[in-house]
Amino acid sequence: MGLIYTLNGFYFAAFLFLTSLGLSIILGVMGILNLAHGALYAIGGFVAAYIIGLMGGDAIVLIIIASALCAMIAAGLTGMVEETTLIKPMYRRPLEYQLLITFGALLIIEDLIKLIFGGESRYASAPFDAMGSVRIAESTYPLYFLFVMAVALVAGLLIFWLMSRTRVGIMLRAIEMDREMAQAMGIPMRKLSVMAFVLGASLAGLSGALVVPTTPAVLGMGMEPLIMAFIVVVIGGLGSLKGAFLGSLIVGQTRSFGIVYFPEMEMPLLFLIAVIILVVKPEGLFGQK
Amino acid sequence: MKRYLFNTRAYAYVAVFVALLFLPRFLGAYHLMMFESGLAFAIMAMAHNLLLRYGGLLSFGHGAYFACGAYGVGLLARYYPDHFSFELAILCALALSLAISVLFGFLVVRHTRIFFSILTLALSMLIFAILVKAYNFTGGSDGIRVEIPTFFGYEFDMRRIQFLVGPYYYILLGVFTAATLTLLAIVNSPFGKALQATRDNELRAEMIGAQVKKTRWYAFVISGLFAGLAGAVWSFVNGHITPEISDWVFSGEIVYMVLLGGFMVFEGPIVGALVFTYLKLYAISSTEYWMLIIGSTLVILVLLLPGGITGGFRSLFLRLKR
Amino acid sequence: MLEVSNLVKSFGKFMVINGAEFTIQENEIVGLLGPNGAGKTTLVNLISGHLFPDSGAIMLSGRNITKAPPYQRIKLGIARNFQITQLFEELIVLDNVRNCLLSLQNKLNRFFKPASAYKEATEEALEILDTFNLGRFAGELAANLSEGDKKILDTAMAFALRSKFLLLDEPTSGVATADKFKVMDTIIQAIKDRGTATMIIEHDMDIVSDYCQKVMVLSEGRILAQGEPQAVMENQLVQETLFGVSDE
Repeated sequence: MGLIYTLNGFYFAAFLFLTSLGLSIILGVMGILNLAHGALYAIGGFVAAYIIGLMGGDAIVLIIIASALCAMIAAGLTGMVEETTLIKPMYRRPLEYQLLITFGALLIIEDLIKLIFGGESRYASAPFDAMGSVRIAESTYPLYFLFVMAVALVAGLLIFWLMSRTRVGIMLRAIEMDREMAQAMGIPMRKLSVMAFVLGASLAGLSGALVVPTTPAVLGMGMEPLIMAFIVVVIGGLGSLKGAFLGSLIVGQTRSFGIVYFPEMEMPLLFLIAVIILVVKPEGLFGQK
Repeated sequence: MKRYLFNTRAYAYVAVFVALLFLPRFLGAYHLMMFESGLAFAIMAMAHNLLLRYGGLLSFGHGAYFACGAYGVGLLARYYPDHFSFELAILCALALSLAISVLFGFLVVRHTRIFFSILTLALSMLIFAILVKAYNFTGGSDGIRVEIPTFFGYEFDMRRIQFLVGPYYYILLGVFTAATLTLLAIVNSPFGKALQATRDNELRAEMIGAQVKKTRWYAFVISGLFAGLAGAVWSFVNGHITPEISDWVFSGEIVYMVLLGGFMVFEGPIVGALVFTYLKLYAISSTEYWMLIIGSTLVILVLLLPGGITGGFRSLFLRLKR
Repeated sequence: MLEVSNLVKSFGKFMVINGAEFTIQENEIVGLLGPNGAGKTTLVNLISGHLFPDSGAIMLSGRNITKAPPYQRIKLGIARNFQITQLFEELIVLDNVRNCLLSLQNKLNRFFKPASAYKEATEEALEILDTFNLGRFAGELAANLSEGDKKILDTAMAFALRSKFLLLDEPTSGVATADKFKVMDTIIQAIKDRGTATMIIEHDMDIVSDYCQKVMVLSEGRILAQGEPQAVMENQLVQETLFGVSDE
């Protein structure tokens, strides 16, 4: 059973990784804590659920790809709109206003989802069912779960490659390290800021898309993932990819084993861990002050 | 010059107080109870603004201390219903919020800016999670009912609504007035000035001997106490308390209230709290998409009117003077 | 009254202060000169407690304060202003000075009476403002002052801490040339009236020679020369260090 719990831990970690990576990129490159991130996740979920419901038939691979892509595009576009209309005017303003405006965006997007998709839960379990399960040790384990872990891993590797090997990535990291310097070096700040935001938003959307085959898309589905992503970023370090990876693992495993051994207390436990880390090393395990 | 300002404020306060005394004659029961909620939130908002405006610290988790106050009352009601008096309830509320804000304050004041905000948010969610999960003790998401308390030995032999629009209004008004005057005094005191100094220039503050962390810690505790007081007096109005008051959406609404009223002016948060109470009420009752309305007004507020309502009046006033 | 002996401070491999040694007595106004980057501000930071030395000692009236934190040194009587003005911009000018006085009286943590009700502190603050010709700005927000006046306020605050030893880091930089002497006159007069031991960092030679009884030249982390202004400035080594000229 221990193996199953560990696998579950990785499964939770996969979602956490995608969502927190998005949050971390936005926070790192732009210094904005996007409270609406959970809503972007929800958009991903609802769009994916819609597409899955729309596409019948057996072409599972196609369905998965289509739903994920549409989810990412939808979330990315929303993110872009959010950035250009709301965040951009806020760059020079104090932190309070930035947080508040993303809070406002959160409320608006949540209700827009309600407006567009209605208030009912949407089920989209086709991909999950179609994948069936595999035998692991002495039990069966959903293949879909393993699939999600693989996707998260691939996404992580792609982002890593993007950040360290491509020109865009290097510029993004430059901005993250020293905004003024980057500007002085002639880096196109606006374009890259929007790009970072869209990237972060799409990751949230992807995460939402991956979850709906297992849990229906419901209003407010993004709230808990947001808080969890928060905790991961806090633990792992603001703006750090390694940190998001490690943080997701820690939180994911804690959650998995927490549910088994401290069933009612796994949430408080997680917050407690986050608080302890924040107190001892406020910039997180891999963050820089 | 300062004397003059002090006097106008004093006159305004007296005028408003007298007006408030007569308010029950003009408002129906429902609106009066809304107003009472607003007064409780006003205390909450002023407590938050002590940290924001005067300390330069944005707490995104102030609901936690509001909840401590409310649950201080609630737990007393649940476990010692025979001793459920107003004075004891308030004491419990203050004790609980004091304990939590001393502890949490100690943890948070070592950080500033975004870390401070994040940490306060995480702490409030910790309280939320505990309140929800420890349902055997706290009633979990069902919450706790709060009945009419006795008041210094006097039992109110009346229905809840009568109590709320009658005696309780004056009790609440008294608490609100006392809280406002106390916070105003604190803000103008040497401590208040020291706090503002830490806001303006940490370096210089240390260099003149004001210990920054200690000052911030004291301010945090004071803020937490008043937030707890707000939660306590609110619990009687609402009659029912649930963990939601500690979740981050409510904390976000608190920040909204403060900015809506205008955080640069001492009385701004009061205005913001009252306006927000009605804003949310009308939004909820007129459409199911009330979050859209609140969210949009928030965005418009932040983009166009950063000084909030009082800020808007101030610029208007200054423009008219010319 | 302030004795600095064998002070050493490095940042990484870079040794900024390399065995600095000097004494400043009560009633003495000493100027500190040196080329840019010689470590003058570092020296000030070491004395005020902003930095701790790697080795060496700092004694104030016989008391070892080498590792004492800033607020302790303030209580013991060291005060400084800042090269980049450090004020409480959102408070009024009166409050800026009054806070210093209230801090001295340990009254900064009092809650109930308004600060303006503390008569002694308020009156003394107003006096100090008058001494520095800032009286008419008492009710203004510090942020609204001109750069030069802000500098003066910064110095007034250091002065308000009733220190035995005052550190002034370029008190007239940013002040319009026409006003420099007026500002220095005010500051020096206030200092002389109290007999505070003072160390002033300045680039302006005229100011140094007019107002300082003694001058020290800091070069490569050490005191190169010290003595009366005329004598020190005529020293050839000093001239080379400060102006990079040689008479060839």
